[in-house]
Amino acid sequence: MVSGMAVRQHDIPATDLSADHSPTHAAAHGTHAEGQQHPIKLYLLIWGLLFVFSAFSYMVDYFRLQGALRWTLIIVFMLIKASFIVAIFMHMAWERLALKLAILVPPLALLILIGLMAIEGDYTFLTRVASFVK
Amino acid sequence: MSHEPATLEPGFKGVTADWSADKQAFPVPWGKAMMWIFLLSDTFIFSCFLTSYMNVRMSTTAPWPNTAEVFALTVGGHDIPLLLIAIMTMVLITSSGTMAMAVNFGYRRDRKRTAQLMFATAALGLCFVGMQAFEWTKLIVHEGVRPWGNPMGAAQFGSSFFMITGFHGMHVTGGVIYLSVVASRVLSGFYDRKGTYETVEIAGLYWHFVDLVWVFIFAFFYLW
Repeated sequence: MVSGMAVRQHDIPATDLSADHSPTHAAAHGTHAEGQQHPIKLYLLIWGLLFVFSAFSYMVDYFRLQGALRWTLIIVFMLIKASFIVAIFMHMAWERLALKLAILVPPLALLILIGLMAIEGDYTFLTRVASFVK
Repeated sequence: MSHEPATLEPGFKGVTADWSADKQAFPVPWGKAMMWIFLLSDTFIFSCFLTSYMNVRMSTTAPWPNTAEVFALTVGGHDIPLLLIAIMTMVLITSSGTMAMAVNFGYRRDRKRTAQLMFATAALGLCFVGMQAFEWTKLIVHEGVRPWGNPMGAAQFGSSFFMITGFHGMHVTGGVIYLSVVASRVLSGFYDRKGTYETVEIAGLYWHFVDLVWVFIFAFFYLW
């Protein structure tokens, strides 16, 4: 008896290994173009939006916003810009889920590092205040 | 198939055979998968720098220098905060735009325009590095910033600044060289003979990543 796993392995189309490296994209857009082909218009739009959001981040500093509002806006604009770059310019939006997960999930581990180092930084600060600052 | 053993041969020979077997996990050119994995590791490097910067900034008892003032430029007698950094950001975003279009023209087999756009990208990158050199000179020579101290406040400012922007600038410099090499090969018809322009997209991934890192440095180091 042939197991399901084996069937799936044989089902992988041979075209994946040939010249057309983006079968999902080619299928989704109905083109036979090679590799990642997207309209120039889309790139220009993202380009423009990156300018706009960079200007917004700059305005946060220019108008001297402070406190939670400043930090929230900085992070929101940063994440929007980062998503545009990764999704459109780096073509992640059109890659297959296997690649997306392999690249985008591991950095989440960094949140733990950031959390730990924030606790550590706080502790060092308090120790310094208690011991050295008169 | 179900009676096949878990590994081909017992022990490490089997592991080696499995890991080197002709199986493809990612249906993209191998160079692209490798570039993504390299960029993933680079993400961790830059994150470690930014996290250590967060740590020293949180733990210092001295006030952190005001970046809006430190990186201000005087234009016509007025101090405009972060002006140089804003220009550098725009230059890098522009270079990312030209690179994205270069990849597009590459896949259309437009040899000349691909090379032109890639050289434009490299030129903008060079422009960025030039402005960074100007910024470093200003800080080191005129403001007296050193890795171990500075007149404006917390001593950790200098080491964080030089480490983070220095490593990023090194990436931009490397990228300029990388792009120039690939662009020359585009122009010489190398990829037409090879039959694929995927190398242009792979170089593009690297370049967009450099822009991506700058987005985080801009937010956390300059604006925070």
